[in-house]
Amino acid sequence: MTNVAEISRPPETIFQQNLRNFMGNRLAVASTAVVFLFILLAIFAPLIAPHDPNTTDLFRRLQPPAWVEGGEWSYLLGCDQLGRDILSRIIYGARISIFIGAAVILVATTIGIIAGLSAGYLRGWVDVVISRLVDILLGFPYLIFAIGLMAMMGPGLINIILALAYKEWVIPCRVVRGETLATREQEYVEAARALGASRKHIMIKEILPNILSPVVVVSTIRMAHVIILEASLSFLGLGVQPPTASWGSMVSDGRAFILESWWVSTFPGLAILLLVLAINVAGQGLRDAFDPRFHE
Amino acid sequence: MSTEPLLKVENLTKHYVGRLSLAQRLAREKPSVVRAVSDVSLEVRKGEILGLIGESGCGKSTLGRAILRLHEPTSGRVTFDGQEVTTLDPMALKDIRRRMQIIFQDPYASLNPRRTVAEIVGLPLKLHDLATSADDLRAKVIAIIERIGLKANQLDRYPHQFSGGQRQRIGIARALISNPDFIVCDEPVSALDVSIQAQIIELLLELKREMGLTYLFISHDISVIGYLADRVAVMYLGEIVEMGPVDAVLSAPRHPYTQSLMSAVPDVDHPGHAQRVRLTGDLPSPLDPPSGCKFHTRCPLAVDRCRSEAPISEDLGGGHRAACHRLHEKLSLLETA
Repeated sequence: MTNVAEISRPPETIFQQNLRNFMGNRLAVASTAVVFLFILLAIFAPLIAPHDPNTTDLFRRLQPPAWVEGGEWSYLLGCDQLGRDILSRIIYGARISIFIGAAVILVATTIGIIAGLSAGYLRGWVDVVISRLVDILLGFPYLIFAIGLMAMMGPGLINIILALAYKEWVIPCRVVRGETLATREQEYVEAARALGASRKHIMIKEILPNILSPVVVVSTIRMAHVIILEASLSFLGLGVQPPTASWGSMVSDGRAFILESWWVSTFPGLAILLLVLAINVAGQGLRDAFDPRFHE
Repeated sequence: MSTEPLLKVENLTKHYVGRLSLAQRLAREKPSVVRAVSDVSLEVRKGEILGLIGESGCGKSTLGRAILRLHEPTSGRVTFDGQEVTTLDPMALKDIRRRMQIIFQDPYASLNPRRTVAEIVGLPLKLHDLATSADDLRAKVIAIIERIGLKANQLDRYPHQFSGGQRQRIGIARALISNPDFIVCDEPVSALDVSIQAQIIELLLELKREMGLTYLFISHDISVIGYLADRVAVMYLGEIVEMGPVDAVLSAPRHPYTQSLMSAVPDVDHPGHAQRVRLTGDLPSPLDPPSGCKFHTRCPLAVDRCRSEAPISEDLGGGHRAACHRLHEKLSLLETA
């Protein structure tokens, strides 16, 4: 017998179907939870962090983590060479990593979508100019390009975002261009043209909603990459300037003491590893669920 | 039925020029040219249905799209209601698109999967500022949706929640909501089940009567064309080989290609009596069309003249025209076969 309630319920949308697929992937859901945990840490850092991240205490210089001899439970992960609490600095450092990661992806994806849609839909010289620019930028090694830009612009939060976004937009741009090339040949795009729709309408209202899922998926996975790049810049001293806590500069700080005080570099390194891994797994889960080409 | 032509197509040609790589350009290679539609002239009178038949790949759809300037014609003229469409600037073209619409073959590909029925059907009203308010828009969408046989409570669903026939009804509603005069029906029923085909054809005929529409009805199904068209044009390899009133062309075809097409239609009244003319070989490639009469490679009546000289369309009286060198030799495939 058929359930009456089941019949009267409106069929679910594509988005709801995809979301249900995603929720069925336990590893991806757990990774998403980890990412959200980091985001919460970043937002509520002043409430969560046990100590001020920048208060130095030379008596606690290179104090080991709590479970090692000489450690203290109030300084769970130990202290660095200036006696600052490592756990508090990791919590505050999450702000930098997540903020820069999100800001770079936001800027790069916006530019990438505009450039990719224009290149893929308008074709002609617009496509030639944008595609060649993309090819040229892809030819540069990413980190060296960013180092060069940072050296020119000088350090600072906005400059890091710009230095990374300068090249990062290429990735969403290529995805959007490719998807647009395929979608523009669809009959519903031709139908919109037959109805007298403008190019702007077709690009934004007809094509964009249909190519958004792969873009979101790629951007999520790229965010992990950007977080590593920010850490690399900070490690090289070109990122966020001291005393602001950043995971990259914390790893760099501990480099000199890595043999005798391993905890100074190791814990921020593990934080990078955990966040990047979580974003990647969550991103792949998103891709499996939302990108129709990965179904089945 | 008035005899005044609503749509006039003169010498319309559409060639697709292939792209060359840099190496090919340096070697001075010529780009490949697909001659999809060559030198087609036809008229559609106000209130009539002109059927356009031919094999797949013969350029029927390209012709329909070139008339609407969905694909920019290479040369030739299209005149709609006294206005030359081929030279219109984008703003004027937008205006004329309200009056010339298209219904697509594939009801799965022609509706945007991310938009609701209300958005899809209401789009023409928005684009042409035909609704005074959001309520007015909704009311107009409901009116047309109910007219074509869907329910108002299905408006906020997405295309994938409908069957093929329902989707085609949505496509029809979208084409009709802006109150057009002329519609290109690009094989609107060939993707549907036979039982649904009849319903959609009846709907199209009813709507034509109610709204005073004119159709260019593209199909490869002779029985569909025979049922609904007033006049018919037969296309072969980008050219119209025969055109005329549907009864004349289908009952007494003069061009050997039309004759072979007609002989392929099963005859329920006289089973087994039908003379079949089997064409050998495939449709030649439009990349490299045959010289002279394009049909000579498959025509059982072909003589030397057909290989060198292209036939000119001749008036056979009563609006019946055909292009063949051997029209007057009283030869017919149906008798010789």
